[in-house]
Amino acid sequence: MLDLSAALSTAAALVIGLDPQMLAIVRLSLLVSGSAVLLAALIGLPLGAALALAAFPGRGVLVVMINACMGLPPVVVGLAIYLLLSRAGPLGQFGLLFTPSAMVVAQTILVLPIVAALSRQVVADLWGEYGEQLRSLGASRPGVVATLLWDGRFSLLTAILAGFGRACAEVGAVMIVGGNISGVTRTMTTAIALETSKGDLPLALGLGIILIGLVIAVNAAVFLVGQAARRRMG
Amino acid sequence: MLKRILLLAALLLSTGAIAEERFITVASTTSTDQSGLFGALLPAFQRDSGIAVRVVAVGTGQALRLGERGDADALLVHDRAGEDKFVAGGFGLDRRDVMYNDFVVVGPSSDPVGIKGLGNVTEAFKRIAAAKAPFASRGDDSGTNRSELRIWKSAGADLKADGIGWYRELGSGMGATLNTAAGMGAYALTDRGTWASFKNRQSLVILVEGDKALFNPYGSILVNPVLHSGIKAADALVWHHWLTGPKGQAAIAGFKIDGEQLFFPDAK
Repeated sequence: MLDLSAALSTAAALVIGLDPQMLAIVRLSLLVSGSAVLLAALIGLPLGAALALAAFPGRGVLVVMINACMGLPPVVVGLAIYLLLSRAGPLGQFGLLFTPSAMVVAQTILVLPIVAALSRQVVADLWGEYGEQLRSLGASRPGVVATLLWDGRFSLLTAILAGFGRACAEVGAVMIVGGNISGVTRTMTTAIALETSKGDLPLALGLGIILIGLVIAVNAAVFLVGQAARRRMG
Repeated sequence: MLKRILLLAALLLSTGAIAEERFITVASTTSTDQSGLFGALLPAFQRDSGIAVRVVAVGTGQALRLGERGDADALLVHDRAGEDKFVAGGFGLDRRDVMYNDFVVVGPSSDPVGIKGLGNVTEAFKRIAAAKAPFASRGDDSGTNRSELRIWKSAGADLKADGIGWYRELGSGMGATLNTAAGMGAYALTDRGTWASFKNRQSLVILVEGDKALFNPYGSILVNPVLHSGIKAADALVWHHWLTGPKGQAAIAGFKIDGEQLFFPDAK
């Protein structure tokens, strides 16, 4: 257990010393994963609600596909985005490869199915419960979507947190499209992978402890906000 | 709420624009990156030229492929045969010698096969194969992996047929391979730079060194700007000349870990 105690003290030293390099890495990680989750929520929530309420041929197939995409391997998504953004690829002229923007795109694709699939389920359940009522009130389609998303906001928040967890934890996609460039595209997970391969296990584990701490902090903040909101609503 | 979302969206769109500095992308190898060499070279180059260098550190095989697709502006790699093929294929221009170091064979200090002190790496590999002692290979088409396979070939070992059970292809970078070798008490071929900065050695020690088959030269290549649009040929040329010129060469010679010089400049 020598490694663990060394890791803990390394983590403590990094946090207490406010190591500027580490702060930059933490900032980039939160920015990339946060942006990806935001984008995925903006697309995924309405998409999930629409899937729950709309009836069209092939809907079942689409639902299965989106559910299955919750298990997309990050490294495959990274590779696909790499081929798109590469200078030899169709979107090469934008010069996005090896930038944080490319990492946001990759993580958005990873998070989107989670948000869409879980919010479809939440909205479908609420529709089953309140559908009659809303119909009898003569609510419009967009009005129904908005009402149900609002009613399910606490469950949907959990869906978004699940997406955030996915984004924070993955290394395969950001490694490929970001390139793990020091000071530019190095995130917590790619830094951990790098330190592991340099054999500096206490530093790698120390960074891991900090990453887990960050994820806990984000979840705690969301939980407290949720509690406060619930109390206010009664 | 909407205002907040817009604000966040604006913030997010600005992430791409934060670093509007002048930079080039260099695809290089894990061995140079993980030794810390770039940490010594890049700030000096940026001071001299005003150009930042973004290093994507991968195996030499992957670095060459990044170059073929135009995803790097210059390469710093170590596989002479692969480099010459890259240039001959029209993907790269003006391959120049930059520096060299050497590979070493590491293994458990108990050295069950008894290769310690051998001056001939081919003989050492023959003994490892004969004893079927565990050997951890990169298995990732890197420069080190390609060199290792050449030594096995000259040792006459048919790894596909006889390697079962002891020859482990890890598909990992140098450091990860050393971690595994340390964990299972295996022999491994590593470049001296990664070894010098590697911290999780456990019982691993250097057993064989100094054979000229272990010579490990690095070359700088410009990616051919004709093949893809967007390649920063002019700035890459500045880097290429700096690296192979007196300032770059002096910076390479001055890079040391624990007083040990890891790379020896040899640009002509």
